Amino acid sequence: MADLKQVEGMIDSTPIMKDYADIESSKLPEYQIDSKIPEGPVAEKWTNYKAHQKLVNPANKRNLDIIVVGTGLAGASAASTLGELGFNVWNFCIQDSPRRAHSIAAQGGINAAKDYQNDGDSVYRLFYDTVKGGDFRSREANVYRLAEVSNNIIDQCVQQGVPFAREYGGLLANRSFGGAQVSRTFYAKGQTGQQLLLGAYASLNRQIQKGQVRSFNRREMLDLVIIDGRARGIIVRNLVTGEIERYAAHAVVLATGGYGRTFFLSTNAMGCNGSAAIQAFRKGAYLSNLAFTQIHPTCIPVHGEDQSKLTLMSESLRNDGRIWVPKKKEDAEAIRAGKKKPTDIPDEDRDFYLERRYPAFGNLCPRDIASRAAKERCDAGYGVGTGNAVYLDFKYAIQRLGADVVRDRYGNLFDMYQMISDDNPYETPMMIFPASHYTMGGIWVDYELQTSIKGLFAIGECNFSDHGANRLGASALMQGLADGYFVLPYTMQNYLSDQIKVPHFSTDAPEFDKAEKDVRARIEKLMNIKGTKSPDEIHKRLGHVMWNLVGMGRTLQSLVKALAELEEVRKEFYSDLRIVGKADDLNTELEKALRLEDFLVMAKMMAIDALHRNESCGAHFREEYQTADGEAARDDEHYMYVSCWKYTGDNEKPVLLKEPLKYEAIKVQTRNYKS
Amino acid sequence: METTISVKLKIWRQRSPKEKGQFVEYELDNVSTGSSFLEMLDMLNQKLVEKGEEPVVFDNDCREGICGMCSLYINGHPHGPVQGITTCQLHMRKFKNGDVITIEPWRSAAFPVIRDLMVNRNAFDQIQQAGGYVSFNCGGAPDANATPISKEVADVAMDSATCIGCGACVAACKNGSAMLFVSAKVSQFALLPQGQVERARRARAMVKKMDELGFGNCTNTGACAAECPKNIPLSNIARLNREFIKAKCAD
Repeated sequence: MADLKQVEGMIDSTPIMKDYADIESSKLPEYQIDSKIPEGPVAEKWTNYKAHQKLVNPANKRNLDIIVVGTGLAGASAASTLGELGFNVWNFCIQDSPRRAHSIAAQGGINAAKDYQNDGDSVYRLFYDTVKGGDFRSREANVYRLAEVSNNIIDQCVQQGVPFAREYGGLLANRSFGGAQVSRTFYAKGQTGQQLLLGAYASLNRQIQKGQVRSFNRREMLDLVIIDGRARGIIVRNLVTGEIERYAAHAVVLATGGYGRTFFLSTNAMGCNGSAAIQAFRKGAYLSNLAFTQIHPTCIPVHGEDQSKLTLMSESLRNDGRIWVPKKKEDAEAIRAGKKKPTDIPDEDRDFYLERRYPAFGNLCPRDIASRAAKERCDAGYGVGTGNAVYLDFKYAIQRLGADVVRDRYGNLFDMYQMISDDNPYETPMMIFPASHYTMGGIWVDYELQTSIKGLFAIGECNFSDHGANRLGASALMQGLADGYFVLPYTMQNYLSDQIKVPHFSTDAPEFDKAEKDVRARIEKLMNIKGTKSPDEIHKRLGHVMWNLVGMGRTLQSLVKALAELEEVRKEFYSDLRIVGKADDLNTELEKALRLEDFLVMAKMMAIDALHRNESCGAHFREEYQTADGEAARDDEHYMYVSCWKYTGDNEKPVLLKEPLKYEAIKVQTRNYKS
Repeated sequence: METTISVKLKIWRQRSPKEKGQFVEYELDNVSTGSSFLEMLDMLNQKLVEKGEEPVVFDNDCREGICGMCSLYINGHPHGPVQGITTCQLHMRKFKNGDVITIEPWRSAAFPVIRDLMVNRNAFDQIQQAGGYVSFNCGGAPDANATPISKEVADVAMDSATCIGCGACVAACKNGSAMLFVSAKVSQFALLPQGQVERARRARAMVKKMDELGFGNCTNTGACAAECPKNIPLSNIARLNREFIKAKCAD
């Protein structure tokens, strides 16, 4: 437990802190969560589940309507597969085409336990690496299932015509990613996400052509409609006309991605947002583990205040690149002052700090560890560039393999780097620094991927389920496609089987009237603030608060300060926001403002979650909880659970529920990437 | 080194597909040469919003050259004057202090303007829906290594599959032809064993849909490939022509 006395003064001056103190000191309702994990040994759970779940027969499937929000890997694969099964699917995206969802930007690859390289991989090992990588904060049964279906995904994608990289013999090629000692990552150049998404998009197109899936683009979900306690529809805003539209269905699936843009600067696309999660939260869905946000170690550093986003350099670069900073502070200072170049530093004066600290995994240690190690060196004064950057050097790979091999492996990434930084990475090391990239936390779901609202499902990055406190590289694509192709289409039927007699819903129901009225009132309220600050200006301010105080290293003090500052940002938003243009029209400023309003709620929930978790685990690093050598110190006795936050009102404190985590197939231990 | 420059912008503003558009001139100072082109437009929009004017509407999302959402015809070139990149990858260091930059939307009958620089590219989705896939249901796939594919073939298929569907090829073409876009998808599947069964059907269906949607004919000028941000080669169009003729002969 944190020493609350440390911040007593702050508690008095901060109403939010009082709320928090209250949450901590009250007797918490514990273990109220039913995650519906099937009985039996972990390796048999999914098989048993499938054998005994209820199904919907083909004649009934065509009477059932499903809304899928999002067209990324999870959304597109779920929509197409549910369509193939014969359900009527309504599929929505905010972009101008389903093909543009942000999964498209994933570079490095997708994991599977194929063991094509004969290097000792197995379903169990992928499962084990994922649970360990997540620092023992993920649900064992879900992760095992993920590892089990991983192989089906590769088969599926090859059959779709995804042009994975191949060896000269014609078989599939693999490479290594962080947190693994095997080569299990399948890839298509540095564009794996693109190729997998285009595969799912192709399957989706086939169903659209058949009329089984109806596709709606440039539409943004603004509310979830609940009828008699079940999710039955959504309210969306047509982003071209500004009209508010209603859609009804027997069930709703959210595949709306992560909330990484709460930090403003991130590797996410400009349109990525956490709004659907917040809408679901307001209607009763729990949000879980929001403090688990992944800061990716290899991004191109920030260049200035006008910057809109950060660009990721694929983790695959760590296969052959070596990360270092100068060993001597004076060298680092000389480099920052422009008096020395990285190539002037001899090998013996370079500190390959990952290889030094983590000899067993070296440059391929997991992302949270690599990010923190970079921050540690920069904070200690060894950073290069602006002081917030480290080197990723290919000199050694070029010496070992030749420039041509390096170009063949990473050419497009090198070109991308050069385009942005104006430096040639074949001649001088890349400069990189951590940036917000992925969110492990999200909407709580049970084993069936159903949220705490009946009939509302959440898949892909927007749920919390599989990555614990830290996601391993090349596992996001795996999870998105596992959920969409191989898990949800089965588990959803267990819910839908007792819905077959429920007739199609009309959008004239009073619940739709109310939801639409609320949405219109919300938009009107924002339009009428008529202040002076654009949504982007306020979002940047939010980002600074989150990055500085709820970022890679958090403390009790920083989080309390964050909550106070978030309150200031919130006040500024509601008093000084300016949205030019009209509401019932194409209005990109209004779109940003609506998303920002939800980011403000998300930010507060992230800070509260980080504050309540008095331990360090995975990407959640509370500086007061670390080992003597600077590693995350978990507190399994008190925190081996999923935090589930329940909404109780806009100005009310959220209620904390806990889902305990039990590890039966894996021995819980301290993560070790050193030996 | 990074410095700041001033630029003069001539931007196409058009409220709706039906209304007449016009160029509007803006001057922008203190643009960091390290900024991206779209960050420069963000700066402009911030200034417009501060004055209470509506911002310039333009499509963008990933800002790393892969989603295909951004467009813009910059100084007479789709995605600007630098070869092999998208607008979001263009940086202001490619411009000089005092430059006049003309920014227009994609201009093509098949891509009507929605507002300002934003156009409707639904036609591309419709072409893909006509046949840009391998027909099989999830779950029935054989082992991924059951059918070896030579590295050379897989690499060429990958080069075709790399198309981001941005529409620069159509915007660049004096005929407004979508042949490079269609041929890239047809080529990917024609090269791979999984695409063989539907090979002829696919070429016929996608070409038919392309023709229906008002895209122009190909006259082999090659502007599409020259302006493609992903360097999709013209050989794809040759392959599409072969595929289409073979399919027609078989009819």
